[in-house]
Amino acid sequence: MSPGLDAAPGVVAVTLVTLATLGIGTWGLRFSRTTSDFFVASRTVRPRLNASAIGGEYLSAASFLGVAGLVLTFGADMLWYPVGWTAGYLVLLVLVAAPLRRSGAYTLPDFAEARLGSRGVRAACSLLVVAVGWLYLLPQFQGAGITLAATVGAPTWLGPVIVGLVVLANVTSGGMRSITFVQAFQYWLKLTALLVPAMVLLAVWASDSAPRTSGSDGWSVPLAPGGMEGLYVTYSLIIATFLGTMGLPHVVVRFYTNPDGRAARRTTLVVLALLGVFYLLPPVYGALGRIYAPELAEPGRADALVLELPRIMVDGPAGELLTGLVTAGAFAAFLSTSSGLAIAVAGVLSQDVTGRFWGERRLGGVAAFRLGAVVAVTVPCVVALAAPNLGVARAVGLAFAMAASTFCPLLLLGIWWRRLTDAGAIAGLLAGGVGCATAIGWTLASSTADGWADTLMGHPAAWTVPLALSTMVAVSLLTPDRVPGHAGRFLVRLHTPEVVEVDRG
Amino acid sequence: MTTGPSSERVRVTGPSRRRTPVTRTADIDDQTRLGGVYMGSLLREQLRLAIGILLVLALTVGVLPLLFHLAPELAEVHVLGLPLGWLLLGVAVYPTLLLLGWVYVRRAERNERDFAELVSEADR
Repeated sequence: MSPGLDAAPGVVAVTLVTLATLGIGTWGLRFSRTTSDFFVASRTVRPRLNASAIGGEYLSAASFLGVAGLVLTFGADMLWYPVGWTAGYLVLLVLVAAPLRRSGAYTLPDFAEARLGSRGVRAACSLLVVAVGWLYLLPQFQGAGITLAATVGAPTWLGPVIVGLVVLANVTSGGMRSITFVQAFQYWLKLTALLVPAMVLLAVWASDSAPRTSGSDGWSVPLAPGGMEGLYVTYSLIIATFLGTMGLPHVVVRFYTNPDGRAARRTTLVVLALLGVFYLLPPVYGALGRIYAPELAEPGRADALVLELPRIMVDGPAGELLTGLVTAGAFAAFLSTSSGLAIAVAGVLSQDVTGRFWGERRLGGVAAFRLGAVVAVTVPCVVALAAPNLGVARAVGLAFAMAASTFCPLLLLGIWWRRLTDAGAIAGLLAGGVGCATAIGWTLASSTADGWADTLMGHPAAWTVPLALSTMVAVSLLTPDRVPGHAGRFLVRLHTPEVVEVDRG
Repeated sequence: MTTGPSSERVRVTGPSRRRTPVTRTADIDDQTRLGGVYMGSLLREQLRLAIGILLVLALTVGVLPLLFHLAPELAEVHVLGLPLGWLLLGVAVYPTLLLLGWVYVRRAERNERDFAELVSEADR
């Protein structure tokens, strides 16, 4: 925050993380040769490595910095964010994981096209992947700017530029195969960077005769304030996070890297464990911050709590060392999540835009992927530079709501309901997407945030998800002659274990 | 001895006494009604399992906001020195999720094993 802070630990940490990321990416390059390596690491990633990679990719700036700051400012109801982000993987496990892997598709649009045999659904899905991906990339770049400004005193444009360049270097050189090693490394880096300082800080707190916060002003109530409206907000958040996870493009793309459906399930189970361990830690920072740094509990400053608390509680070189560690973890969070999102968006762009015939010319698989990656990273990076104050936490929440009200119904019905039609899918995607976009526009336009209208528009998932789901079902039932002829065989493919030899279409 | 195409030696055999075993996967491939019944049963089993797990999730984690809405005094209860809300949402939720996931994976794999055994059996 203040420019007088000692910048050395932050600079060293950011440099080391950047070098390690590039180094591991280059090392992973030796294994990357084919287009299949680039997109899905040739589908040979074992569950434990893959789970670490998923964890590394999933734990973004919002998890590493945001949760602690939100808990400090608003209290226990903010714990629903990490709970929802973890429970989302349980929902994904029981409804989607194995069938999605068995579908044998590269990306979400591939799945939609294979299931419904429609170019229209594919186009709609491609558009949504890019939209959700950019909505999620934006706060990563902005968070990087905030972090560098807070720890090193650098100008806010430097963070997005560094993250953008490192991500591009890694993604374009090695694709999915090399990024898998990078992501796995970054999960363990993030866990260490949060765990070790937390232990030290808890020891300091205990030797300080364990002071407690005074008074109870609703800080320990795990429910948004405001009676019925608070109840609605909390449940809308639960719906968005529990159901949105399965629709995030960078999460979905990871499932195609598993060898088979059984491995996809086991990977998800390990992810549940890894996320559960990680999310024990941010609330510790939030609670300690309430005791030692209550002055940080205001919008704009709270996100820096994790970065500043070690220096506030521990003096001297030890405090500087811990600050360096959490800075490294925060930077790893930006790099890994941005890389995953860039891969997902680049995969879709390279299949549907850059890999197309443009006049006479057509780029090959890897070249198209690289060009797609450049577009995928540059656009949100430029937006982050142009509009640095769009609201970090809000953009992530909106990305989840959007994913929950579009891809979640499509995946659920596509996997479990034979009678889904292309017309139904498009109608449902439109209903959910337009409903969500309207709510986003309303929220950004209105300055007040009271009354039911603002509450409903500010937290749209609780009504957009049922709207999209029921539209998809109703329109599909109205167009029974459009049920694709191969729907039965495709469901066989999705649900039959690999050991059974059947015709998978 | 002429070697025209018509004079090739033909081996005369009776119909095979040992029929090659026909597994039930053929029914699934041909999308017969029987194959539909097999697939339908697997799908129903897996969906029932998934819905069961999600119901448990809704009845444990999902009812917490409602619980604290109806009984706000619960927020003042302390267990092991921690407020109940913090203990439930900050700690207890995660082992619960992991346990539910573990139960699901075990049962789902068992369903698939049963299915594989069923359809791989030869009809004699």
